[in-house]
Amino acid sequence: MGMGIEARNRMAKRAAKEISGGMVVNLGIGIPSLVPNHLPKDMRVMFHAENGITGMGPSPEAGEEDENLCNAGGFPVTIVPGASYCDSATAFGMIRRGKIDLSILGSLQVSSKGDLANWIIPGKRIPGMGGAMELAAKAKKLIVLMNHTDKEGRPKIVQQCTLPLTSAECVDMIITELAVFKISGGKLILAEYAEGTTIDEIAAKTGCSFQIPSDIKLMEQ
Amino acid sequence: MENPFNKISGLNEALQHMQDGMTLMFGGFGGVGSPPSLIDGMMAKGLKNLTLIGNDTGFPDIGIGKLVSRGRAKKVIASHIGSNPVAGRLMNEGDLEVEFSPQGILAERIRAGGMGLGAILTDIGLDNEMVSHRKKRMQLNGKTYVVEPALTAEVSIVFAKKADPYGNLVYDKSARNTNPLVAMAGNFTIAEVEEIVPLGSLDPEEIITPGIFVDMVIPTGGVNWKWAWE
Repeated sequence: MGMGIEARNRMAKRAAKEISGGMVVNLGIGIPSLVPNHLPKDMRVMFHAENGITGMGPSPEAGEEDENLCNAGGFPVTIVPGASYCDSATAFGMIRRGKIDLSILGSLQVSSKGDLANWIIPGKRIPGMGGAMELAAKAKKLIVLMNHTDKEGRPKIVQQCTLPLTSAECVDMIITELAVFKISGGKLILAEYAEGTTIDEIAAKTGCSFQIPSDIKLMEQ
Repeated sequence: MENPFNKISGLNEALQHMQDGMTLMFGGFGGVGSPPSLIDGMMAKGLKNLTLIGNDTGFPDIGIGKLVSRGRAKKVIASHIGSNPVAGRLMNEGDLEVEFSPQGILAERIRAGGMGLGAILTDIGLDNEMVSHRKKRMQLNGKTYVVEPALTAEVSIVFAKKADPYGNLVYDKSARNTNPLVAMAGNFTIAEVEEIVPLGSLDPEEIITPGIFVDMVIPTGGVNWKWAWE
């Protein structure tokens, strides 16, 4: 990740503020998997896993793992009251039918109009798209949690994605260690900036221009 | 156990239905719900040049990954190979052909094959060259769709918690995943199961895969790999 656990938790905590009771939420691997730790204990949220669980709960205690109860990343989970299992086709029917309120994913690049590129680096890393293409295209709201820049310091928020797209014009919000952007009507808007950074720093590390509204505020914590 | 339908059998008999160069579909998601004894049997039989169809290529020593990482497949149709770096290396070196299909579309193509349909229409992947490339498009009711062909296989292998002598299957939690779909799409379907129970002891309301789709039932030797989280 190239980022400390504190920064990752700050981003996860910010993303958690976008979740409200009763929502169906699908989380990608990596930083998004930290999001449930930041929700109020009494909030009823149905976490959906594309391998066929609706109503995932927290990780089990060590020694309590069930090898046949895992999330889509292959890690043991538990279930909450009201949970159900289904086959993979049904799990994706839920996605394509628009039943997922919020999907939170990582990404390699996001363009200023919300194009998502998170599945391959041609010639280098070709893991395959898994379920990302359908989640990105069909979730009601899509939040990307990612580092502001890549390992070489290059912007990951760009005018035009240079990597192959997972899905076009699908991202609604980007949360990085430096800022929160909203994407609305094909426009990139800087909504919040993290404590300790400046708009100049954010501009220098972002590969495209963005709007700065008059009500811009510090990143919510 | 009474065996009135002659479906209850053993690993050796199951392996007689498998040959080099065959197309085989497997259940499982990251190895969870993949049949361990059948996969080990296929390894031991030395099967090669296989076309494997399933959600992913497991891990190098987990699930179908055992066959893939030892070069036994010439082609895989999957949604993800990232958890098996050997698969990625074989693909980059030209030793393994990989057809990527978005996860839910792959599941639905398998389901369509199992349901006796020829193809599905979807808007997923329309704007993605690697997915929709060379695939037929069609207009229907003013919308554009990609035609995704249905998938079937010569043999399907699945892993279930319980079977009765007719092959009715019940799965275990998230180990269900692609198994009910894969079970329907095989020309010959073999279920490896944790427990075989007498006819009539499964509640008909709880059966997930009706035994009509299952040709052979064999007892499992159990999962013998170490999970990534262990």
